Amino acid sequence: MLPYDFDYYLPKTVEEGVRLFQQLEREGKIPVYYSGGTEIITLGRLNLVETNAVIDIKAIGECKEFTIKDQQLIVGSALSLTAVEEKNVFPLLSKAASGVADHTARNKITVGGNICGQIFYREAVLPFLLTDSHVVIAGKNGLRQTPIHQLFKRNLKLQKGEFLVQLHTDRRFLRMPYVCVKRRQQWDTGYPLITVAVLKKEDETRIAISGLCPFPFRAFEMEKSIQQVGPLGDRIQEALRHVPQPVLDDVEGSSGYRVFVLEQMLQDLLRELEGNHP
Amino acid sequence: MGLIGKSVFRKEAWEKVTGTARYTADYPATDSLHAKIVVSPYAHAVIKSIHIAKAKEVFGVRAVITGEHFPLTGEEIRDRPVLAKNKVRHHGEAVALVVADTPQQAKRAAELIEVEYEQLPVVHSPTEALKPNAPLVHEQLGSYKKEDRVYPEPGTNVANRTKIRKGSMERGWNLSEVVVEERFSFSPSDHAAMETRCSTAEIHPDGNVYIMTSSQAPFMVKRLIHDYFGVDIGKIVVETPLVGGAYGGKASIQLELLAFIASIAVGGRKVRILNIREQDMLTSPCHIGLDATVKLGSTRDGKIQAAELLFLFDGGAYSDKGADLNRAAAVDCTGPYDIDHVWCDSLCVYTNHPYAAPFRGFSHSELLFTVERTMDVLADKLGMDRLQLRYINAIRPGDTTPTQVKLNKSNVGNLPECIVRLKKMIDWDMGMIQDLGNDKLRVKGVSCIWKTSTIESDAGSGVTLSFNPDGSINLISGVIEIGTGTKTILAQILAERLKMDIRMVHVQMKVNTQSTPEHWKTVASRGTFMAGRAVLAAAEDLIEQLKSIASCVLRVQAADLEVGYGKVFLRDEPETHLDIKDVAYGYVYPNGNGIGGQIIGRGHYNLRRLTYLDKETGAGKPGPEWSVGAQAVEIEYDKKHLTYRIVRAFSAVDIGTVLNEKAARGQVMGAMSMGLAFGGRETFVFDEWGRVLNPQLRTYRPLRYGEHPEYHVEFVVTPQLDAAYGARGAGEHGLMGMPAALGNALSLAAGVKLNELPLIPEQIWKMKQKEGHSHASL
Amino acid sequence: MISARLTVNDEEREIAFWPSDTLLFVLRERLGLTGAKPGCLNGDCGACTVNVNGTAMKSCLMLAVEGMNQTIRTIEGLKDSPIQHAFIEHFAFQCGYCTPGFIMNINSLLKKHPNADDSTIKEFLSSNICRCTGYQEIEKAVKSLLKINREDKAGLPNDE
Repeated sequence: MLPYDFDYYLPKTVEEGVRLFQQLEREGKIPVYYSGGTEIITLGRLNLVETNAVIDIKAIGECKEFTIKDQQLIVGSALSLTAVEEKNVFPLLSKAASGVADHTARNKITVGGNICGQIFYREAVLPFLLTDSHVVIAGKNGLRQTPIHQLFKRNLKLQKGEFLVQLHTDRRFLRMPYVCVKRRQQWDTGYPLITVAVLKKEDETRIAISGLCPFPFRAFEMEKSIQQVGPLGDRIQEALRHVPQPVLDDVEGSSGYRVFVLEQMLQDLLRELEGNHP
Repeated sequence: MGLIGKSVFRKEAWEKVTGTARYTADYPATDSLHAKIVVSPYAHAVIKSIHIAKAKEVFGVRAVITGEHFPLTGEEIRDRPVLAKNKVRHHGEAVALVVADTPQQAKRAAELIEVEYEQLPVVHSPTEALKPNAPLVHEQLGSYKKEDRVYPEPGTNVANRTKIRKGSMERGWNLSEVVVEERFSFSPSDHAAMETRCSTAEIHPDGNVYIMTSSQAPFMVKRLIHDYFGVDIGKIVVETPLVGGAYGGKASIQLELLAFIASIAVGGRKVRILNIREQDMLTSPCHIGLDATVKLGSTRDGKIQAAELLFLFDGGAYSDKGADLNRAAAVDCTGPYDIDHVWCDSLCVYTNHPYAAPFRGFSHSELLFTVERTMDVLADKLGMDRLQLRYINAIRPGDTTPTQVKLNKSNVGNLPECIVRLKKMIDWDMGMIQDLGNDKLRVKGVSCIWKTSTIESDAGSGVTLSFNPDGSINLISGVIEIGTGTKTILAQILAERLKMDIRMVHVQMKVNTQSTPEHWKTVASRGTFMAGRAVLAAAEDLIEQLKSIASCVLRVQAADLEVGYGKVFLRDEPETHLDIKDVAYGYVYPNGNGIGGQIIGRGHYNLRRLTYLDKETGAGKPGPEWSVGAQAVEIEYDKKHLTYRIVRAFSAVDIGTVLNEKAARGQVMGAMSMGLAFGGRETFVFDEWGRVLNPQLRTYRPLRYGEHPEYHVEFVVTPQLDAAYGARGAGEHGLMGMPAALGNALSLAAGVKLNELPLIPEQIWKMKQKEGHSHASL
Repeated sequence: MISARLTVNDEEREIAFWPSDTLLFVLRERLGLTGAKPGCLNGDCGACTVNVNGTAMKSCLMLAVEGMNQTIRTIEGLKDSPIQHAFIEHFAFQCGYCTPGFIMNINSLLKKHPNADDSTIKEFLSSNICRCTGYQEIEKAVKSLLKINREDKAGLPNDE
């Protein structure tokens, strides 16, 4: 139950969506884009999201696209996580997405909603960070396409009135070896203590992490350490020196424990990907 | 009819699988106003001021209530204001109440109430609470009204102290060649019933009070509203429909009081309060926490001679049922063992935590975690098999309990047999640890359980039975259907006694305190025992009436008649009979004369020969019987990651005669599941200001599908002679040994003593760190 | 307030509600369908699960307005279905509060995966909390319904 009311809009086109936002703002409203809406509803009931105009982007064709075009996998932002998982064209994305919340909730949570959310974890972004994907953003001047690394710094840096329409991923990445593991405080449900996704691109080992810090990130610095020559244990120790700050220290686990878990996970994952490497 | 033991489907089954089953919040509320609670964001703070002007202006608001003029409440000590007055004592405490036309309006207004607080130092644990300079949670403890047999210690944070003094400790220690001592600690947690509590109240112009509430204790609601507010007890009518899970949490009277004062504030109009999950966890009472020290002494061959136990229960901000919980723990403080020399101080201690309600097992899973963990430590020190140590010391007929009750073959189950059975079930002789390679171990942990139910010494239960014209019977009992299936069991007992088709027994699920005979509270695994006896008594009453009419019609002596199979018949000549349907509403002779009328049977059962505990020694008989059992868990432990999963869980329990096999299994397995979740994951997490950081089901996590182990349940049958068909209580027992068995398995697997709950991998990691294991060496 | 039509349990219903009302609220308070239960209003417990176009949805995580032009089925729309029988036969519920949500989730599961393997069953069913049973009963009920385990291959209501 939301303690406040809002107007609801269901634009059919990108342009209409953007225009609505500007118009509503001019009218003094506080518009928000809405896709799965799960965060708006759950944070809204605690008054942590304020809006009086909801613009639902689910009816916009581009936001529901899921195709391969010009060697690019196009993932619409308003696709539900389970829709993407079931299609399973991008197994790493299926895997990372399947760790979010629970299955029924993922029928509602969308790719874009997860990536643009306030929640720390946002595991759906990890595959896109690992594959140097591009984001397609709608705004005042129409659509623009940008490398995700330029726009995703702890969170997706959108201008006011912009929304995420699609993610484009070079199809060569879709079949590269990967591992993605989510570890929780206990057993199989709950937020991640740590989620680590690793992608092997030829000789290059790419790492993206969620749950360690209050934001998901591509671990460029840690990757460099891992790329070095030497025993795996040493390389991991070196990589751990490049863990971004702050490391989460909360209900799910202390920061010290998180680092312990990360170290274990890196050992397991890298051993798996690097084969019999020492 | 052979109904005993048969897995009869529950009477309300189709209601529950079709969505037609109604719980309190499912009743239409079109004639109702709605209340929202403003709660304290602090654990301990002075209320400087409350500003309600803005809230009052919100459209639809009918009343805003704060705490000035209400009586203090509490079951044993009247220490709790209905709404906080002068200061708040726990995070989530109710401070104000808004009543409005819609829940949305009430919520909007509640958010506009501004409360100014001045924070006070917080009491974080019972251990801290007893330190010499600890802040006092209740400065006025000495002035509170209280019951006779509760012993608060004014000027301290002790709400109640129960002492057990059995034998001579000096002698006990002298006889002990091996002594172990362990300390334990865990924080409060929650019941997390899927149905959050909900209450409505209205007061009619004639002064009659009508309450509907999701409760285990509607009759207690009636009594306490009378006690607290002086309403004539006969003018209070409380209704409880089906309840969506309770586990003890709905045995406390709390939300009903808020609904009642809300209704007063709006001139008696109906007001509904439906707890949001966060407030169900924080504002309504929770599951008690505990700090404990357990010291056991034994001879070298494993006969335990002495037990010294200190239980500091974390009763939270208010004593309510906490003062009864600490007492119940004292009663069974040793675990199910025959120990001659026992010293126990069991305290209910005030802290700035949410206050405690009963929790399935009523402090037994808690105390048994500490005792059963210590038993393992003792076994290891003795170099003795862990089950063997338990077998040697197992409580048996002829032994005495900590409160010096002498046990016999009826009032205690067969623990040695449960242990023997468990041993087979878990292949104990194959060893406790199996190395699976790859850093993986399979490890078993065991524990034993016992419990008596320390409810009111004269608690009673009543049943009425009324015939329908077709000879079918309406069964009306004050037992609440909280999910245990007790009302179906009662139908089985009745059908068995009358040798009738159980489909001809119609059970009223809803309880209405005006028309339903009282069942004290649906708690303490007492439903089947007490109401079962009441059903049998009511059945006798029916039978007598049936025979009386039939003897007249058939011109025979009533003593020569039998009732069964839908007939009243002559014992030695069964073809001479009347169909019950022709007598149930009175009999009509062929000439039109009528005799008798609708037959209504009544029966009741009251607990008997129970006594209060002696203040200084604890001696007394607090409960009718002790159910016992032996339990185990098998885990797969990962030495490298310090993680584990629960593979199998086992119970060999003596619940006397099993009345409904699948229902009984369901009770035991469900309780085991809850015990594993309590042991393995559930806890409130507090911050440095005493605030609960995880009052939602996404951060406070009950067990989910797929995390459950394989369950193995076997029954040992020692009938309780005074119970209906010999059935003992069964609702709580599956839970009680699970945290301990899990702790024992995991401590063995990890090679560190794990004496805190919940048993999450981080705790293992911390203990390993503490013991100086660097993770590199693993 | 908007006035709109919702298709629930094969009936088209015209009702007025606020755009901010969740589907759960509208089902219960406007349509009198109280089978879907409030347990957390936060998408955590699954007690409010319904089917939308045959897919399990937590009705507390969905606005009623999002349900327009969709086929909504609640527990009240399942009549005499094999799942309901299986739940009774296997003692797969006690207090019954989580039951409508579990059944609707399973209804969707069996439609999509008539022979679901263990991991698929776990993936679906871990969306709901049952606080009473040990889940083993629910597991047995679900597995008895897999096509491979059933004599009759009778269909379940199809809203896809």
